[in-house]
Amino acid sequence: MFRNQYDNDVTVWSPQGRIHQIEYAMEAVKQGSATVGLKSNTYAILVALKRAPSELSAHQKKILPIDDHVGVSIAGLTADARLLSNFMRAECLNSRYAFDKPLPISRLVAMIGNKSQIPTQRYARRPFGVGLLVAGYDSQGPHIYQTCPSANYYDCKCMAIGARSQSARTYLEKHMDKFRECTLDELIKHGLRALRDTLPSEVELTTKNCSLGIVGKDEDFVIYEDDEMTKYLAMIEGEEKVTASAAAAAAAATAAAEDDATMDAEGQSEGSAPSQDPTPAGPEAEQKMEH
Amino acid sequence: MATLLMKPDETSSYAPKQTYFSPYSFNGGTVLAIAGDDFSVIASDTRLSEGFSIHSRDVEKTYKLTGTTVLGSCGFHGDVLTLTKMIEARLKTYKQHHQKTMSTSAIAAMLSTMLYYRRFFPFYTYNIVAGLDDEGKGCVFSFDPVGSYEREAYRAGGSASSMLQPLLDNQIGFKNQQGVEKVGLSQEKAVALVKDVFISAAERDIYTGDAIVIQLVTKDGIKSERFQLRRD
Amino acid sequence: MASTDMIRNEFWRNGPQPGSFYNFPGGKNSEQIGSAKRTLQPIVTGTSVLGVKFDQGVIIAADMLGSYGSLARYRDFSRVSKVNNSTVIGCGGDIADFQFLKSIIEQRVIDEECLEDGFSYTPSSLFSWVTRVLYNRRSKFDPLWNTYIIGGVDEEKTFLGYVDKIGMSYQADSVASGYGAYMAQPMDARSLNKYEVAIVTKDGVEIKSPLTSETSWDIANFVSGYE
Repeated sequence: MFRNQYDNDVTVWSPQGRIHQIEYAMEAVKQGSATVGLKSNTYAILVALKRAPSELSAHQKKILPIDDHVGVSIAGLTADARLLSNFMRAECLNSRYAFDKPLPISRLVAMIGNKSQIPTQRYARRPFGVGLLVAGYDSQGPHIYQTCPSANYYDCKCMAIGARSQSARTYLEKHMDKFRECTLDELIKHGLRALRDTLPSEVELTTKNCSLGIVGKDEDFVIYEDDEMTKYLAMIEGEEKVTASAAAAAAAATAAAEDDATMDAEGQSEGSAPSQDPTPAGPEAEQKMEH
Repeated sequence: MATLLMKPDETSSYAPKQTYFSPYSFNGGTVLAIAGDDFSVIASDTRLSEGFSIHSRDVEKTYKLTGTTVLGSCGFHGDVLTLTKMIEARLKTYKQHHQKTMSTSAIAAMLSTMLYYRRFFPFYTYNIVAGLDDEGKGCVFSFDPVGSYEREAYRAGGSASSMLQPLLDNQIGFKNQQGVEKVGLSQEKAVALVKDVFISAAERDIYTGDAIVIQLVTKDGIKSERFQLRRD
Repeated sequence: MASTDMIRNEFWRNGPQPGSFYNFPGGKNSEQIGSAKRTLQPIVTGTSVLGVKFDQGVIIAADMLGSYGSLARYRDFSRVSKVNNSTVIGCGGDIADFQFLKSIIEQRVIDEECLEDGFSYTPSSLFSWVTRVLYNRRSKFDPLWNTYIIGGVDEEKTFLGYVDKIGMSYQADSVASGYGAYMAQPMDARSLNKYEVAIVTKDGVEIKSPLTSETSWDIANFVSGYE
């Protein structure tokens, strides 16, 4: 992406009717490592690729618990995600305190939307630099939502965000009609395969670099990390990356369409990443604003 | 002059029906906890009353806080409800921030500060926290309504506490007994004792009765038992 | 000298007290505000409310009298109210406070319907919220002088709860407030043989109003002291 005459302030329109600061904030999401969310009839799960900023440090947390019935995975600025997750936790606690009820996922996500909108319209503010995948379970069933720095949010059957996530979305689009009837194990396998498709060919999923969050009917949101991942990684071990070549082609095509070399938010260079906006998959997806 | 408690004007005699506002009521109830070597027992009755009427015969006053900690709380039920809700929120926040469940002794310390925070408009609640400590030993913490607390081997709180406590002193603390062999307390003995002392309390205290709920906390989890008391 | 004391007292009589000459903007002292804005005692009141669970739902009943002390002042006050298709609320105590809270609840229900997200108040969530409101008001020494009975059906499960003016609440299979807590029938001078019943089942809410019961006072003659 190139600099532009009308991109200094979030309150200034470009003559084409765009607000460049918001679009730059959307780019921040693509700097973070990839994360995938998908759901069946009874479960919503998140899988995420963790990165360590250096050899000396531990891997950054990508999946955060919000309440018993909801968790998020993040891509973009970790510090902004922390602020948003504190906000979400407070809202969830409030709901239980006042109404003795878990906060409906749709309302929680709408609250993030409303909160995120404010710095997209005010002088001397900047939009949040983080995208979230929200996985939750409420009385209407399991949910996956995507939120953006632009303050848009989408109700999704499945979604992937972050660096090279186009490959994961390609996998999801190809298989999503099977997800509804999936068992939990099958769902996890699909999630891990989609996540694996975002990796460069020389990198593998390991217990160190990936984590899993699960929430379901009568099952609280739990996060699996490190050694707890062994059993799940074993389920897809040795499988050929069937969609890898197709995904790589798609990624290359989109990358070529818009020339932008991106820098890794956590400090590592990631090469060129697909810069096309993640579009919600499936007819259930709801587009809140024209792009 | 309007005073805070808005007591009725006792000098006026013309009003046939006087109402005044008190922010408290006493809803009765008794809690009791005993710590053993590797377990603890906590029990409460299930009666909820006000004056001479009984609101409910089925309100438990023990609250499972974690897998190893149970709170017993009675007094003004409105405060009990608020306090337990606040504790639940604090426990959840603690877990999110520290990636671990709060220990029994940490819960006790937190409860003390929560009670003292309202020192000048207190929670009118009698609280006892029971569970396992960090070493897996049974532990009981007792509180006054404004947050003073200590760890003890056994404690009764609430409406019939003054009847139960001397019985426990004698049977568990071996107080006022001569030539007695001071044997350790087994789970069975503790549970049987809880039933016996509550039966006695229900005989004389109108704010204690209907049933008791006994929670037995061990390393294998919390086992709940219900036992009928007199219902008059 | 006694006469100067008297003069000094005479001088201030019926006038402003020393120190209260000036009215700064919003400068009422806390005592004046306190006594002006708080419910120190209920004014127009309703008596008992009753609530009972049955196998497929909940019934809440209250009479329609608004008493002004011992005067049977108003005879057409509604004290049970439909919240939505699954929830009803009944009230005893100060009727103005009830109507105040009722209007807030009604607005919240409308706001929630506008979201069109398929979620609405359930009996238990409204019960929890009312408990919090009443407890917070009592903690400010500014109570809503009411007893509420909230009932309804949520996913085929019946709910019935009781909340009083200090935020003391519980759930039970049958609840009664006021005089009805002593005997489940209003035999109070501050009650009226004109009442309403709200019935909630999984199919919705039905309010029957106004109803009267056939009474017989024939046996009164046999009660010594009645004549």
